[in-house]
Amino acid sequence: MALATRATTAQGAIGIPRLVWTLGSLAALVVVWAIVASLVSSRLFPGPAEVCHTFLREVETGSLMRHVGATLARVVVSFVLAMLIGSAIGLALGRVKSADRFFDSWLIFFLNLPALVVIILCYVWFGLTELAAITAVAINKIPNVAVTVREGARSLSRDLAEMASVYRFGWWRTLRHVTLPQLAPFFAAAARSGLALVWKIVLVVELLGRSTGVGHQLNVAFQLFDVAMILAYAITFILVVQAIEIGLLQPIDAKVNRWRR
Amino acid sequence: MSELVRIRVLRKGFPAVAGRAATTVLEGLDLAIEAGSFVVLTGPSGCGKSTLLNIVAGLDTDYEGSVELRAADPSLAYVFQSPRLLPWRTVAENVALALPDGDPRLASVPDMLARVGLAEAASAYPERISLGMQRRVALARAFIVEPDLLLMDEPFVSLDDPTAEDLRRLLVELWGRRPTTVLFVTHDRREAVILATRIVRLAGSPARVVADTVIALAGAERGCTDRVMAEQRRVFADP
Repeated sequence: MALATRATTAQGAIGIPRLVWTLGSLAALVVVWAIVASLVSSRLFPGPAEVCHTFLREVETGSLMRHVGATLARVVVSFVLAMLIGSAIGLALGRVKSADRFFDSWLIFFLNLPALVVIILCYVWFGLTELAAITAVAINKIPNVAVTVREGARSLSRDLAEMASVYRFGWWRTLRHVTLPQLAPFFAAAARSGLALVWKIVLVVELLGRSTGVGHQLNVAFQLFDVAMILAYAITFILVVQAIEIGLLQPIDAKVNRWRR
Repeated sequence: MSELVRIRVLRKGFPAVAGRAATTVLEGLDLAIEAGSFVVLTGPSGCGKSTLLNIVAGLDTDYEGSVELRAADPSLAYVFQSPRLLPWRTVAENVALALPDGDPRLASVPDMLARVGLAEAASAYPERISLGMQRRVALARAFIVEPDLLLMDEPFVSLDDPTAEDLRRLLVELWGRRPTTVLFVTHDRREAVILATRIVRLAGSPARVVADTVIALAGAERGCTDRVMAEQRRVFADP
C-alpha cells in the first residue's frame, strides 16, 4: 500500500511512476551482471541464472528457509531489545542533566567500540551460545538508539507539557498524547538505521560462532568457494530486509507523520 | 459576590542565567478575585503578568506566597499566548483531550466546535488550519471543561484586527452562555476596556498594582466607540 501511494505521489519528471523506475533500474543491473558473468565465464563469478538455480535448490532442501528464519529471529530479538533498552537510556539521559553529564563519556566509549570486539568478548565471556550472540548484537546497537532518543528527549516541548498539566492529562495520557508523538520521529530514525546495522552484525555473529543462520551458511560457502551460494543467500536477505522496510517501517512512518503539513 | 481566588505573592524572582542578573519580578502583590468577574491584568511587557498567570495555574511553584482557590476540586483552563495544540491530534481530539476519559461532556464536543465555527474543521490537524482557527480551538478547549477559573494570556495577539475582533465577540458570547471567572492578560487598552469588569494595572520593577478600577459599562455600551474611549482615558489616567 505504501508502495502504491508513493508511486502515485512521486511521479518522475517524465510522468513515469517511481516504482517503474526502481524495477527498470534493478532489471538493468541484472542484465549487466549477466553480460559480465558470460564474459568472465568463471565458476567464481556466476551469472543470475546460476544463482537462481542455487536459490531454488536451497529452497527445495528447506535449508534457505531454516537459515534465513534463524537469522531473522536473531535480528528481531536483538533489534527489539536494543530499541527498548536504548530508548530507556536515551530518555533518562535526555531528561536528567546530571546523569547525562556523567554517562556521556561512557556512551562515547561504547559508540566507538568496534562491533567485532564486542562479539569476540561476548563469546569469550558467555561461550558460543545464543545468549552471547543476541547480547553482542544488542550491545552494538544500544548506544546508537540511546544517542538518537536522547536528542528527542532533550527537545521535548515545555509548552505542551504545561498545557497537559493544566488540563490534568495525568501521566498516561501525557505519555500517549504529548510525549511519545514528539519522540516518534526519533524512534523512527533509530529503527531505520538500527535495522540496517543489526542485520549486518547478526551475520558476523553467526559467522563467528553459530551453526545456523545466513552468516553460518556464508562461512560454509566461503570455505567451499561456492560464490553462487553466497550470492543466493545475500540477495535473499537483502530482499527480506527491503520487504520489512517497505511493508512495515514505511507504513508506520507514514501513519505517525500524517499530521505534518 | 463571593471571593473565588486570593493571590498573594510576597516575592517572585528569577535566578541569574547566562549573563543576566537575578531579578525580582513581583513583590507584595495581594489580589482577591470575585467569582464571576472578568479581571483584566495590564502592564508593560516583561512586568510579570504571564509569570503571575503561571503561578495561579500552578505551573510555577517557585515563589513566596500562596494561591487559594475557594472551590471544591476547582477546575482550571488556560488559554496560552500561543494556541499550544497537539499538532498530531485533530481539532476535535485536541478539544476532547481537555476532558477526562469517559466524561459525559465528551458528547458535547461537536456542539462546542460548531459554536466556535469549527464544525467543518473537526477532523483537520492544527497545522493545516489558520492561526485564527487554532485560537478558536484553544477557546473551545478551555470552555469545554467548564472551568471555575479561566486564565487567558494575550490570547488574541498576532491576529489581524477583524479576526481578533471576531474572537473577542466569540469570547463574550461563550462567557455569556457559561459565566465563569476570568483572569485575562493583555497589552491592548481597548481590548481591556471592552472585555473587563475590572482592570488591574501592574507597573514597576518589581511589579506592583498601580491601579485597580471597576468598569461600569453596560453590555451595549461596550460596542460604542466614544464610551469605550472615555472609559479607556479614565482607567489609564496616570495615577
